[in-house]
Amino acid sequence: MCLAVPGRILSIEGTDALLRSGRVDFSGVVKDVNLAFVPDAAIGDYVLVHVGLALQVIDEAEARQVFEYLTMMGEVGELVEVKS
Amino acid sequence: MRFVDEYRDPDAALAYARQLERLVTRDWTLMEVCGGQTHAIVKFGIDELLPKQVTLVHGPGCPVCVTPVEILEKAMAIASHPEVIFCSFGDMLRVPGQSRDLLAVKAAGGDVRIVYSPLDAVRLAAENPGREVVFLAVGFETTAPANAMAVAQAARADLGNFSMLVSHVLVPPALQAILAFPDNRVDAFLAAGHVCTVMGFTEYEDVARRHHVPIVVTGFEPLDLLMGVTMCVRQLEEGRAEVENQYARAVRRDGNQSAQAMIREVFEVVPRKWRGLGEIPASGLGLRPAYARFDAEGALRRGRPDRGGVERVPQRRGATRRAQAHRVRGVRCRLHARAAAGRDDGLRRGGVRGLPALSPPPRG
Ligand code: SF4
Repeated sequence: MCLAVPGRILSIEGTDALLRSGRVDFSGVVKDVNLAFVPDAAIGDYVLVHVGLALQVIDEAEARQVFEYLTMMGEVGELVEVKS
Repeated sequence: MRFVDEYRDPDAALAYARQLERLVTRDWTLMEVCGGQTHAIVKFGIDELLPKQVTLVHGPGCPVCVTPVEILEKAMAIASHPEVIFCSFGDMLRVPGQSRDLLAVKAAGGDVRIVYSPLDAVRLAAENPGREVVFLAVGFETTAPANAMAVAQAARADLGNFSMLVSHVLVPPALQAILAFPDNRVDAFLAAGHVCTVMGFTEYEDVARRHHVPIVVTGFEPLDLLMGVTMCVRQLEEGRAEVENQYARAVRRDGNQSAQAMIREVFEVVPRKWRGLGEIPASGLGLRPAYARFDAEGALRRGRPDRGGVERVPQRRGATRRAQAHRVRGVRCRLHARAAAGRDDGLRRGGVRGLPALSPPPRG
């Protein structure tokens, strides 16, 4: 129910606070999405979309924390080992 | 898909499993609050990767499961009316009321439509001025901005034929209710990521402090969940009880302010009944008086349209919490259908995994 999916903004239309919308690409599937709640979102940004409305811009810098946390706990050596 | 695939890396998942193995020194019980997380945990076999000391229990689930029978009965009574186009998210169609579900109403000729977004329902109302469009507005905080936006757009367009049957629920009061059970055995919570995308997590800081319970805001991909579990276990082992944010790529501490402003504009906090849990004070959202004209119940009471006997819907008076929980046994949710594989779904499933909330609170 609380499913939200990341997609990339292709275009933005409308300046009206309620109706600001855009075309968002979900790896190939393009949909119209209401962008009223992400007033700072720009073309090229990834947004998290839930039932047709964008809820947040995905923070690219924070997106790596899942891997950084492992590094911090000293797992990186083993990660590389496993991969090689 | 970007921001999805990289969080399913099996090597990193195994690295997390090893870390956990190293960290854990005793038994811990963690509750994942959100049904969507339960789904991912089962689908990706996350629980099988965890050390045996770590037990995951399924939380209050999701708005689909906890929507009370009374609301479903009202929904079906409204949907049976010939003038009504009844719109709902797909997952609500199979949830049983007393004896039937919305799908049965549809089969019997009711105009029941699945919409992807509440904004689609508003569009339908604009396109069908001669019909009454009613949207079943269920959801946690994640869905509240969308439903509030639908009302705001309908108000802006001055649509007289759009209304909502609202049964919105809030997560923090449910957490508090679980923590207040005398036999509660949850040591830490994975808070629902997308709820926090909207609301932020300042509300939980007080809960964590007061109940001395770690709360980690967690995402929905396998690595998110494993990292969330690891952060919880680390806090528990170190004796800390803080709110931490595992899902920082999508969650800011204060959430999404403009979404919250929209929720506050349209909705107010009300007491709400949870199927299987009973009534919890201040645990839901209802339309503000200023938007009462968009309340489907009010619209029907005013006789718009002629209300095919909504009031005659029998209420399950006196049903004990336990009995209500049992009724949920039949719920087969399409979203979790696979996750449930061969088992009863919903709260019953939670019961199987030891959901403490299922035991009725002691009397007197
Ligand atoms: S089983 Fe269905 S209704 Fe229950 S938590 Fe999962 S998605 Fe929600």
